[in-house]
Amino acid sequence: MSDSLGRVAAMTLRYWYLLRASWPRLIELVYWPTMNMIVWGLLTFWFTDNKPTAVATAGGLLGAVMLWDVLFRGQLGFTFSFLEEVWSRNVANLMMSPLQPAEFAASLMVMSLIRLVVGMAPVSLLALVLFGFNVYGLGFALVAFFANLVFTSWAVGLVVSGLILRNGSGAQSFAWSVMMLLLPVSCVYYPVSILPVWLRPVAWMLPPTYVFEGMRAALIDGLFRADLMLEALALNLACLGLGFGTFMLLMQSARHKGALLTMGE
Amino acid sequence: MNRMEKFWRDGSEIAVRPAAVDEWFDLSRHDVSYHEAPHQGSAYQGAMRQGPTHRDPPRPAPATAPIVLENLTKRYRSYFAVDDVSFIVPKGATLGLLGGNGAGKTTTIAMIMGLVIPTHGSVRVLGHDMASARHKVLKRMNFQSPYVAMPSQLTVRENLDVFGRLYGVLDLKARIGHLVEEFGLGEVLNRETGRLSAGQKTRVSLAKALLNKPEVLLLDEPTASLDPDRAEWMRDRLQAYRNQHQATILLSSHNMVEVERLCDYVVIMSRGRVVEIGTPRELIRSYDCGGLQEVFLQISRDAESWSEKLDRQTGLHATSLK
Repeated sequence: MSDSLGRVAAMTLRYWYLLRASWPRLIELVYWPTMNMIVWGLLTFWFTDNKPTAVATAGGLLGAVMLWDVLFRGQLGFTFSFLEEVWSRNVANLMMSPLQPAEFAASLMVMSLIRLVVGMAPVSLLALVLFGFNVYGLGFALVAFFANLVFTSWAVGLVVSGLILRNGSGAQSFAWSVMMLLLPVSCVYYPVSILPVWLRPVAWMLPPTYVFEGMRAALIDGLFRADLMLEALALNLACLGLGFGTFMLLMQSARHKGALLTMGE
Repeated sequence: MNRMEKFWRDGSEIAVRPAAVDEWFDLSRHDVSYHEAPHQGSAYQGAMRQGPTHRDPPRPAPATAPIVLENLTKRYRSYFAVDDVSFIVPKGATLGLLGGNGAGKTTTIAMIMGLVIPTHGSVRVLGHDMASARHKVLKRMNFQSPYVAMPSQLTVRENLDVFGRLYGVLDLKARIGHLVEEFGLGEVLNRETGRLSAGQKTRVSLAKALLNKPEVLLLDEPTASLDPDRAEWMRDRLQAYRNQHQATILLSSHNMVEVERLCDYVVIMSRGRVVEIGTPRELIRSYDCGGLQEVFLQISRDAESWSEKLDRQTGLHATSLK
C-alpha cells in the first residue's frame, strides 16, 4: 500500500515539477475560465438590467458557468496530464516502470484537482468582486456539486485517455470535444423540463444533470436537494467503474496492437 | 546447399548447430538451475532448433533463466513481425540482438518488456509471464532506449527523482548522487533534459535505467549518439555493472564492435525469425569471417536473396509461409 502511494506521489510530483516550471501552463489554467466568467457576467448584466426579479436567474447562470468549468476543466486537467506523457514520449518509460494503471489514474485525478483549484479559485474571487456573485455562499452544497462534477470529469478523462492510448495522438482531439456532448443534454444553463420529453430520460442518466438541477434549486429556491446529490453520486460511482474498465480494456488492446511502442510519434 | 539456403527451404532448421549453444546451458558458468522440460517446444528446444535436434537427446529446459522466450510470435494481420522465436538469456550473461531494419528486434524487446502482447508463445522474465504478471517483476528490471524519451521539461535531477520514487529506490538521494558522479552528470543536473545534447541524454537515460539496480536490463542501442571515447567508457560502465551485480543484459545494437566487446551471446534475426545464435567467436569461426560485421553482412545478403527468390516463386512473404 505504501509502495502504491509512493508511486502516486511520484507521478503527482512529476506533474507538479512540470506545472511550476512553466508559467504559460499556469496562466492558461486561469485564463480561459476568467474570460468565460467575464463574458457571461456582462451578458447577465445586460439580461437582467438590474431588475430585482432577474437577479436569481443571473446567479443561476453565473453558477452554471462556474460549475460547467469545473466539469470541463476537471476532465481537461486529467487528460492533459496524460497527454503530457504522450507529447514527451514518456509513455513507454511509465509502462515499463512498476507504476500500475490504477496508480497512474489516481495521480491524474490528484493532478486534475490541483489544476482545478489553481484555475478556479481566482475566478470565483473575480466573480465576487466584479459581479457580486458569491459561489461560496452555497456552503456544503458547493462541496457536493464540486465532488460530483469532478467524479464525472474523471470518468470521461479515463475513457478519453484510453482512446488516446489505443488510437495514438490522433485521438487527442477527443480531449476537447467529448465533454461538449454532455453540454446540451446535461442541462447546464436550463432546467430539464425544457428538453423534449423523449430526451429527458437520457438527461437523467447523466450525473451532471442532477448537479445543475440541484444548483438551480439552491440558488433560485434556496433548497439543498440531497436526494439529487445522492443519485448523482451513485451514477458517478458506476461511471468511474465503467471509465476505469474501459481504460484497462483500451490499454490491453493497445498492447495487442503494439500501439504503446509508437505512442507520441 | 548452404546454411541460409537450408533455413529458407525448411522454414526453420539450420544445419549446423553452433557449439556455443552448449555453453548457454553450462551450469557452472552461469549458476542457473534447471528442471525437466515441461513440454515439446520449450525454450531450450527452441534454442536447440538451430541444430539437428534428432541427433540430440532431450535436454532440460532452463526455465529459471532470467529471460526465457518460448515460440514467441507476433502477427499483425497476415504479417509476422516476430515468428516463432525462442531463446534464453542465462543469469549474468549479456545477449546481443542483431538484425537489419524490420528484422523484429524492437517487437521482440517490446514483448520482453510486456509493452506488446504476443500472438503466440510466451516471455518469462525472472520467472514471471510478461503478458499476464509483469507488475510482479517490473521493479527488478529496467530499460533504456534513445527512442523513448524522458520528460524533456523536467531537469535531470527531477527526472531521476521521479523515476527513483517510481521504482521505490531506497536512499534515493545517495543513489542519485552515486550515478551522477559515475556518469559525469554533475554539470547538467539542474538543466532541462530536453536541452541536453544527444550524448548527454543517453547518459541520463542510462543513469535512469540503473537507478533501481536492475537484475534484468534491456538496452536499445545504448551507445547511440555517443562519441567513440564516451561510448567506450559507457561499455566499461555496463560491463562493470554486470560483473558487480550479476545482472542479465539484453541489448540491441548496430555496432558490431560493441556487440563483440560486450556480448557473451548473439542472436541474429531476419524477417522476424532467428537465423543465427551463438557466441560472437563461434559465429565468426563458423562463417569463416574476420569479424561479426562480416558475419552479419553475409547473413543479411543470404537472407535477402533467398527471401526474394521465395517471393518470386510463391508470391508470398517468406515469413508468412507458416
